[in-house]
Amino acid sequence: MAIDRRKFIKNAALGSAAALGAPYAFTRTIGQAWGQQRWVSNGAPIKVGVLFSLTGDLAVPEEDSTLVLQYAFDEINANGGIAGLPVEPVIVDARSDFNVYTERTRELILRERVVALFACYTSASRKAILPTVMAQNHLLYYPTCYEGAECTQNTICTGPLANQHSKDLIPFMVQQFGPRVFFVGSDYVWPKESNKNAKVWLEAAGGELLGEEYVPLGSSEFGPVLNKIRDAQPDFIFSTVVGASDIAFHRQFRQSGFSAEAMPIASLTTGEIETRAMGNEFGAGHFLSAPYFQGLDNPTNQRFVEGFLSSPYGKNGVTHYNMEETYLSAYVFKYGLEAAAAAIGLEEVTPRAIRDHSAGIRVEDDISPEGLIWIDENNFNTWLKPKIGQCQGDGTFTIVQASEEHVAPDPYSIYPELGVCTTNGLVAPDGRVRTNVI
Amino acid sequence: MAAGSLFLTQFNWSAFINALVLGLSIASIWLIAALGLTIIYGAAGVINMAHGELIMLGAYSTYTLQTSFGIPFLLCIPLSFLIVGAIGLLLERVLIRYLYKRPLDTMLATFGVSLVLIQGTRIIFGSSPKYVDVPEFLSGSLEIGFVNIATVRILIFVVTVAVCVALWFLFFRSRFGIQVRAVTQEKEMAASFGVNSGRVYMMTFALGAGLAGLAGAILCAMATVLPTMGGNYLVPSFLVVVVGGGALAGSVAAGVGTGELQSIFAYFTNDTFARFVLFILIVVFLRLRPQGLFAPSAKRR
Repeated sequence: MAIDRRKFIKNAALGSAAALGAPYAFTRTIGQAWGQQRWVSNGAPIKVGVLFSLTGDLAVPEEDSTLVLQYAFDEINANGGIAGLPVEPVIVDARSDFNVYTERTRELILRERVVALFACYTSASRKAILPTVMAQNHLLYYPTCYEGAECTQNTICTGPLANQHSKDLIPFMVQQFGPRVFFVGSDYVWPKESNKNAKVWLEAAGGELLGEEYVPLGSSEFGPVLNKIRDAQPDFIFSTVVGASDIAFHRQFRQSGFSAEAMPIASLTTGEIETRAMGNEFGAGHFLSAPYFQGLDNPTNQRFVEGFLSSPYGKNGVTHYNMEETYLSAYVFKYGLEAAAAAIGLEEVTPRAIRDHSAGIRVEDDISPEGLIWIDENNFNTWLKPKIGQCQGDGTFTIVQASEEHVAPDPYSIYPELGVCTTNGLVAPDGRVRTNVI
Repeated sequence: MAAGSLFLTQFNWSAFINALVLGLSIASIWLIAALGLTIIYGAAGVINMAHGELIMLGAYSTYTLQTSFGIPFLLCIPLSFLIVGAIGLLLERVLIRYLYKRPLDTMLATFGVSLVLIQGTRIIFGSSPKYVDVPEFLSGSLEIGFVNIATVRILIFVVTVAVCVALWFLFFRSRFGIQVRAVTQEKEMAASFGVNSGRVYMMTFALGAGLAGLAGAILCAMATVLPTMGGNYLVPSFLVVVVGGGALAGSVAAGVGTGELQSIFAYFTNDTFARFVLFILIVVFLRLRPQGLFAPSAKRR
């Protein structure tokens, strides 16, 4: 059939009318059809996106994050929900694939219309989804320790930044064991940035860096690194080795004739999960810096540990620092949404409004297992107290030093020339303001 | 490390000899991981992408035997050989035997099997890493002069050598070995002389799977028991097999060569860079000698 111009124009006009009209078939108002839909409405549950990997390489830490969030939202719902409305988590498996992270982020925001996202463990996946989150002016809760050097108007982070993490650990180790230190890390962005911070603290403490080695992520061969450590004879080792490699590292450390008494490992990541998998005798005597330990002795933590482990979500049998930080993010969200609702009305709440009203949100020690924390008013990271724990023969950690004061989060502590992160963006020393810096 | 010494740390002989000894250990780890793949590829021509997951199953069967039945670690090693061998037998009967004439399909099918095994393990055991208890004498190290080597590495080395010797006897001094070699060289001719080639393939695949299980059992003394742990061993295993050419002697030579090179490069630079250099060397080597070190004279399918 030949298509003449008139017929084409007619069909095209019909087609575009149908395309414009199509959304009305499913929604009630023009505004709703074209994206003016409310994020939160009275009488409907509050939808939040939970985007972690339940399968693939990243499932080890991220499955726990999903489980503890489910526990937190159940707890919030059992206590009356948020502003009287129940929370409904939309749980999605990111399959350890960065493309899937990005796709699902878009889907959760546009199709599911979630009001906030709780997502990501690795910095790589966070950097993969942030452009989408920022383009939609949405809100990401990132509940894990990370390296900093980001300043967006769409994230709230509840884990320690690199500047908070090793601040007390390095001086403590230098004082207790001596100034000579060897750095070992996994070969990716977080260990390298963390080590830059650690070097600053090391210099301030009068320490001496003997060597710095990185092993490929997931590698289980530490023979060459341990040989170099044997040659260098440091007083202690500072480790940013993560995941499966960390377990192999601690096992081979002892198998190669080293001992925790003579040369302890000070780690930023070796928590209860890792210690249990490597065997207590391989973890005993080493040190960890974290804001939370399962063994913290306070009634809130006791309630959290007992409640979580006896819940259907406690099947992996442990609560560790990353899970606690994730748990806190649910409460930071609750208080932030309530503050926004009080200020501008529940039905007017947008993801960005929650973020803006989260400045200075406090989670008191009757909710927070690690004790009082609050969200920084400028960079929306968390003020917290890093603690140093020493692993005991039974796999639990004894707190050997707790920070007296809350430590301020500073995402640009080692890059002062880039500026200061404020609520409106990164203010460079010359006064220029850049937004959405990742 | 000072900036100028990035590529050449201060040379000293004792450290270098330590690196050579460690290289032998790395070689034995890569070789024991690769033996099962060598046999399956060399004899049956199957490119088994699920090899890493068979290693993982060996580790998990050790974990299960130990935690559920209280069997000591050293006894778990031969038992894992039998268990994973039986799984391999089953796999061969229900899937692989239909695909011998279609090598590319076997690759896809075994890749699918590997995904099923990873997810299945995760469903049954959960995704958190598992703890395997090893005897106290494997937690120490041995010091001979200035050479310091972990006892667990010595154990792996000894087991690898023993398995290699046993395989050599099996293939070159037993009736089964003659049958395998006959089927590998000319299947139809062997069949006409009364060799049941289907049975030979089946037993070979089961043996290769069992060896992967044995490797998994012994390697969990050093590595981390996780559903995804197999991926760490698949690449070195393929390197050893491809460089070796698919023959047993070739794999031994390739294992020693690549292991030593990895250790020496890692001594002079670092682990990541060592792998980079090693992979480049292997690419160059395969460009010059695509059939590998010791290519068997058999007709290639």
